Amino acid sequence: MKKVILCLLFFISAPFADAQNMLMTKTGKVSFTSQAKSPEKVEAENNEVSSIINTQTGDMVFAILIKSFHFASALMEEHFNENYVESNKYPKASFKGKIINLSSVNFSKAGAYAVTVQGELTFHGVTKNLSAPGSITIKPGKISASSKFHVKLKDFNISIPSLVADKISEDIDITIDCTYEPKN
Amino acid sequence: MKNLMLFIFLLGISLPKIYAQDDLMKMLDEESKKDKKKDYATATFKTSRLINGHSIENAAAGVLDVKISHRFGMVNKGSYELFGLDQASMRIGLDYGISKRLMIGVGRSTYQKQYDGFGKFKIIRQSTGGNGSWPISVSAVSTVMLKTLKWEDPKRQNYYTSRLSFAHQLLIARKFSEGLSLQLIPSYIHSNLARTVTEPNDIFAMGVGGRIKLTKRLSFNVEYYHVLPISLAEGENYMITGTKNSLAIGFDIETGGHVFQLHFTNSTGMTEKSFITETTGDFFKGDIHFGFNMSRVFTIKQKRKKN
Repeated sequence: MKKVILCLLFFISAPFADAQNMLMTKTGKVSFTSQAKSPEKVEAENNEVSSIINTQTGDMVFAILIKSFHFASALMEEHFNENYVESNKYPKASFKGKIINLSSVNFSKAGAYAVTVQGELTFHGVTKNLSAPGSITIKPGKISASSKFHVKLKDFNISIPSLVADKISEDIDITIDCTYEPKN
Repeated sequence: MKNLMLFIFLLGISLPKIYAQDDLMKMLDEESKKDKKKDYATATFKTSRLINGHSIENAAAGVLDVKISHRFGMVNKGSYELFGLDQASMRIGLDYGISKRLMIGVGRSTYQKQYDGFGKFKIIRQSTGGNGSWPISVSAVSTVMLKTLKWEDPKRQNYYTSRLSFAHQLLIARKFSEGLSLQLIPSYIHSNLARTVTEPNDIFAMGVGGRIKLTKRLSFNVEYYHVLPISLAEGENYMITGTKNSLAIGFDIETGGHVFQLHFTNSTGMTEKSFITETTGDFFKGDIHFGFNMSRVFTIKQKRKKN
């Protein structure tokens, strides 16, 4: 009987053991800016990005609500949602990937570790492979991940009318800054 | 007993201990479902006017919307008047968004040398998800209009208050889809001084309007105001003497910071009292004005960044 109970305990505790390897955030920050020569800066920030990292496997996912990107200009925000990214049709962007050099990160030791993340970015209904450099910073009680990379609007089927071509650049710089907590 | 142990053991090892990325994604989805984020309908119309009257949209908080509107002469005046383009009735207006829900505006029209001022408040916003979602948006608008034409009869005792009229409207709108938005506009108009003794001071009207989006930057709009029979004494043919119901059809064209509204309407005035109760043109006899509203927004106060 004891063995059964032991076995049961092992079985029950298995999923929890996994959860301990999970880092999660719902308040991650993703911002982007379009490098155009326009005096009006096209930039927006989203502070409600959710993400999970599995520290054991290096798997990493992000879910980003498009409507949570906020611009300084309300009109720009409306045009972004209505005319460019069509947030009613494609409400969410997501990233599924993996830290490919997980072995160089020591999650139990403070420090900044350079990582490379490879995966698939889905945005505006288009999925593209993406590889981006980033860093994972470990401080006591705080694990954060950051990355900077750029994407081309063309790759995601977002076209810019010639009328505003001088205001919006084809290249978009994306900055990611997330602080994780153990998922429970 | 042994079998049970084996069963549990097998169950234990068969459980996937390492979550794949898709499972992580599912975990995120479940987490976000817990949050029940409210999703408000946005951009039900392109700008704060449907054509002549108000739409459910407001200028965003801290945004100034400069509106210049023209109604040219009637197209059936022929080529001598270049189909009405030789004349114009115009209104210049400034709208400002005070908060997410409240917007105010002032304007001056050449029609009756009118000044107008209004306040517009979003009572209900169409939304999905979260607690207490609504299928419609509702706003209230109150407009004061001041006619500053010289007195028609300067010999009689004229009061300043006789120049004033008021319009109170409810805007009830629903964005059915990306392409289709409809709006109902129950309206009440009070003029301190009616034009004639037989004309009522209080007029009730029901407006209906809507838009069909043709492309991302172009939409087709219709707006119609029907003066309700309850406004009028019996036997008056259910119309204010000599007036017609206001009808307008047109297009919204959006180009970056501007919205151009090009339309045809039988109304000359651009304030609620003027187009709902004082439209004289018969749309179907060609008493149609070509007109446009031009809207340009300026961000006066930047949104504070949430940090």
